[in-house]
Formats: sequence, structure tokens, C-alpha cells
Amino acid sequence: MANFEAGLYYSESHEYIRVEGEFGYIGISDYAQHALGNVVYVDMPEVDDEVTAGEEFGAVESVKAASDLISPVSGTVVEVNEALEDEPELLNQDAFANWIIKVQLSDPTELDNLMDVEAYKKHCE
Amino acid sequence: MNRTLYGNLIFELSKKGRKGYSLPQDYDRTHSTAELPEALRRKEAARLPECDELTVVRHYTNLSHNNFGVNDGFYPLGSCTMKYNPVINEEIAAMKAFAGLHPLQPAETCQGALEVYFNLQQSLAELAGLSEFTLNPCAGAHGELTGLMVIRKYHERVLSDSSTSEKVAAGNEPSPQQGGAGKGARTKVLIPDSAHGTNPASAAVCGLEVVEVKSLADGTVDVEHLRQLLEEMGDQVAAMMMTNPNTLGIFEPRVLEITEMVHKAGGLMYYDGANLNALLGECRPGDMGFDVMHINLHKTFSTPHGGGGPGSGPVGVRKGLEQFLPTPRVVLNEEEKQFRVEAPEGALGSVGSFFGNFGVMLKAYAYILSLGRENVKMVGPLATLNANYIKERLRDDYLLPIEGLCKHEVVFDGLVDKSTGVTTMDVAKRLLDYGYHAPTIYFPLLFHESLMIEPTENESKETIDAFIDVMHTIAAEAKSDPELVKTAPHNTPIGRVDDVLAAKHPITTYWKSLEA
Repeated sequence: MANFEAGLYYSESHEYIRVEGEFGYIGISDYAQHALGNVVYVDMPEVDDEVTAGEEFGAVESVKAASDLISPVSGTVVEVNEALEDEPELLNQDAFANWIIKVQLSDPTELDNLMDVEAYKKHCE
Repeated sequence: MNRTLYGNLIFELSKKGRKGYSLPQDYDRTHSTAELPEALRRKEAARLPECDELTVVRHYTNLSHNNFGVNDGFYPLGSCTMKYNPVINEEIAAMKAFAGLHPLQPAETCQGALEVYFNLQQSLAELAGLSEFTLNPCAGAHGELTGLMVIRKYHERVLSDSSTSEKVAAGNEPSPQQGGAGKGARTKVLIPDSAHGTNPASAAVCGLEVVEVKSLADGTVDVEHLRQLLEEMGDQVAAMMMTNPNTLGIFEPRVLEITEMVHKAGGLMYYDGANLNALLGECRPGDMGFDVMHINLHKTFSTPHGGGGPGSGPVGVRKGLEQFLPTPRVVLNEEEKQFRVEAPEGALGSVGSFFGNFGVMLKAYAYILSLGRENVKMVGPLATLNANYIKERLRDDYLLPIEGLCKHEVVFDGLVDKSTGVTTMDVAKRLLDYGYHAPTIYFPLLFHESLMIEPTENESKETIDAFIDVMHTIAAEAKSDPELVKTAPHNTPIGRVDDVLAAKHPITTYWKSLEA
């Protein structure tokens, strides 16, 4: 069964964001990696790319399906998790430890539109 | 057969200097490459395998034994309509008078072939309730793209006509780009989230923007969400694409309301004919309000597929859109009683080489004539009966996410008992051990463990009962010996393959030295 980590913000499309100061680490939830099955490729943006809340910033391909990654917030990409290029299966091993991109948030009030872990748990039922 | 030996790659079976032919001593080799420009000439010999004839024959015979087709057994691959391909189709398509034709032959020397093309267009138009068809697109997705290009062309014309009337009044000619991009262009395509992946892909290739329409819990289109989208962006909507029955095998009960709403907003309705088999001759897309559609001859009209084609994806349009269909077109000159090939101006132009896959058209036409008007309406009800019979008999062991009648295919959400850890993938692999082709799995994406079974109308009750028994056996095995199912298949030439490795590190070429 899927794990749910407290203290993160979640979107309806199953991305999470862990906020540290003005930065946020964005990844997919454990529930999402379960549903996708074995991940074989992660398509990521580049550093300095802009992301917009509610819009696609990359994609995750698994043996079952390819799914767009939807950004939960707007901002600028300051780092991408390069380890995922060679080892996309890290998302299956630990989706919360292996974030996909780190962004500098341009509008922290957007976090108010996201769910906390309890609301997200309900969303997944 | 020694499958280990002959199952090697043909390159691995190669021995230097071995050959299966002999040329006469005085064979003239001088005409080889001398006339070719230097840049095109080979610098070294092609690295072709060298084998004796018998080894080649055994190698390919072995490969053919690894194959599985409708002629080998039950092939319930959902959404693909793997129906029987009657032998008479092949006989007709192989007739020298057809197979020996050259595509550049003058029309007056191939009137028979043009007549077949023309008559098939007419038959499809009648079955679809539309005005005219082109048979040129080579498969389903090619048909989708062609259909969307017709729709784009229509909107460009509407836009340029409206600006023409203004401009003409002002004494100016409109520029050719005006219809395409500028203000008022319709660039959005509405597609339900249950659609086949080809729908959004075709729209994107056509340069249109995809907007997803949500589904309700029962898998049908959320009409309220559609209404909301049309209110927000109705004047930008080029079309809505729909599959009906949808990918869950459910008939969209509000289809008339949907087509009316989209038409009111100025958009056109596109019908994806992937699931036409359920409705063939009984219920017509044209009557539901669709403007443009494609048909997969290789599904609904019994021509072979599954091994990579060839397919055929005719596109039909309602009255008023015929002028945009791609060229060449086959038309009948009533006075001269002659079929002609034409490329009218204002049409889409060519979407492929010549008339598409003519052999497939011959087979589809043979199928339509074999069934006849009186039997064509039996296809949908029998396919639907078979699917519902399977649904009711398997629902004790397999989770049925949507109640009620399905059409030609049924979707389960894996096993009812999830405690064993046996997944849909495992069930599908285990089916191979029992001599069945697996159903479609992990599609549609609305459920996590989708298992989509489409039996078609061809199968006898005995075949379907035997399949149902095996599905129950597998469900029992999942409880009593889950490892057996999780490690399946065990009886096939190749066991469980590593999907992840294959996806991450595909090896598609063989470059080992043949000398070794």
C-alpha cells in the first residue's frame, strides 16, 4: 500500500512539493509511483526554465503509461535531480526522497490551493 | 525442431562462405555499381549473413511457430477487434487482375479496380450515415490526422469566407494566411480523458491544442464539464473527438446532447471509429451528429492486423465537407459510365502514396459483400452478447468497476482478491501458458489494473466457455500458488521478459562481426 508523508503539499494530479524557505522540491507521490509501475524514463526541464502552476513541466514514462508532470506552483527551476536520468527507478524505490526538480517559488500563496496529507489521502481513496 | 539452434539470430547462424545459390560461371558482374555516383557506392561489402538454404528455412519456420494469430486461437485483445480474417478475402486480394496493377496505369485500363474503390466508398458512407469517404489514409491514426486536417481546412475556409465578405466590401483580397493563425482561429480540440492515446497525438501533430474533458465515475463523458469548457473557450474549439462506444465499451447515452452543444459553439464532431464494430449497420455516427470520422478497415472489416499492418483508415465526412477530402479521388462520370481519378482544387491534397493500401480495401469489400445488407446488422449484437456473457461469468473473480450493459468489450479492474499481490500483468502472462493471446492490459488508464476483453462476434460458445474456465483457474491459482502466476509464462519459448530493461536499454541492431 502507498505511503503518505506528512508536512508536504499535494496536488490533484499526484505531485508533491516540500517547501524549504523560498525553495520547493517537486516530485511524484508514492501513490503515483505505485499506480505507474516501473518507471523507465523521466523527462525533466532544464535549470532556469520557468514553470507555471497547473502546467506541464515534464513527463514520467513507465512500462504501463506516459504521464505528464504538472507543476503545483509557479517559479524558476534552480536544480534538477540528475540521478533520475540514469536511474529513473529511484522514483519507485522512494518517491519522497527522490524529488524531480527544485524550484524558486514566485508566488508562495499558490500553496494555499494545494492539499495537506489528510486531504490528499482522501483524494486517493 | 531444435529450437535452441534454429532460434538463434540468422546472423548467429551465419558461416563465412556458406551459400544457398550458385551463379553460372560466365555470369556478368561488370554492370554492378559503375553507373552510380561515387558518393552512393558502397565502400565495403554488406554484412549479410551467409547460410545454406535449409538452415534459413528452419530458422524462419521456427520463428513462424513462435507466432500467435487469430488462426491459432482466441485473441481477445480489447479495442483491437481481432476478428477472423475470412480466407475468401485473401483469394480476392491475390487475384492477378488486382495484385498485378500498377498505380500509374491509365484509369481506362483499371476500371474494375476503380469500381471497387468507388463502391467501397459508397458502402462505407451508407454504413456510417455520412456523405462521402476517402480510402487513402493508411491506418487509424493516419485517418485521425487526415480527418483533423479536413476540419482545420473547413474552419480556415469559414474564417476566410467571413473575412472575404468584409474585405471584398473594402476592396481588398484576403491574404492566404488569414484563415490559419490570426484572431478567431479555432485551435482547440476537446478529447475525453478516456480516449485512445492516438486522439491527442493526432491533434498535436495537426498543430491543434488538446483540452481534456473529464469522465464521470461510470466512464462516460462529464457533460457538465464539457458545458463549462464550451462556455470558457467555445469560440476557439475546432472539434471534439469521441469514441462511441467509448474505450470502456460503454455507449455514451448523452451523445446527441453533446454533438448539439459542440455544434452550437461552432465546432465539429469527430468520431473515432475504433469501436464501430459494436454498432455496425445498426446505429450510425452520421445520425448521432458526427461530421467527420475514420473507420479501421483492419478492425471492423475483417482485414489482418496485429503484426504491424497493413491497415486502412478511410475518412468520411458529412454533406458540405466533401470538397476538403484528400486527393486523388475516384469519381464516376455517369454519362460515360467511366470511373475517373481526379484531384480537385481546394482539397487537402495527397496524404500518402496514390490510393492507400488497396489490397486491404479489396478484403474489406469482399467482407461487406459476403455479409450482405441482411447480415451486417448481426455483427454488433453478437459481439455485444459475447462480451456481456464473459462479463457476467467472470465478475465473481474479476473486479467489475462499472455496472450495466457493456457493448463489444468489457473492462475489469484486475482480480477481486487483491491480497495475493497477483496483478493484471501476471494474469495476462499466465493466459499465454494456456494458449490464449492476452487481453489488452493497463488500458484504459481510468483504472489501475485494467484488463480489457473483446471477444468479437466470431467466437463459438465453446471457445468462450473454455476461456472463462481458464480465467477462473488462474484466479484460483492466484490464491493457491501466487508464485506460479507471478513468474508466468512457463510454457512459452521465452519466459517473463524484463520490460524495464527492454524499455531502458533497447538493442535494435546486431553488429557482431560475422567473421567470428
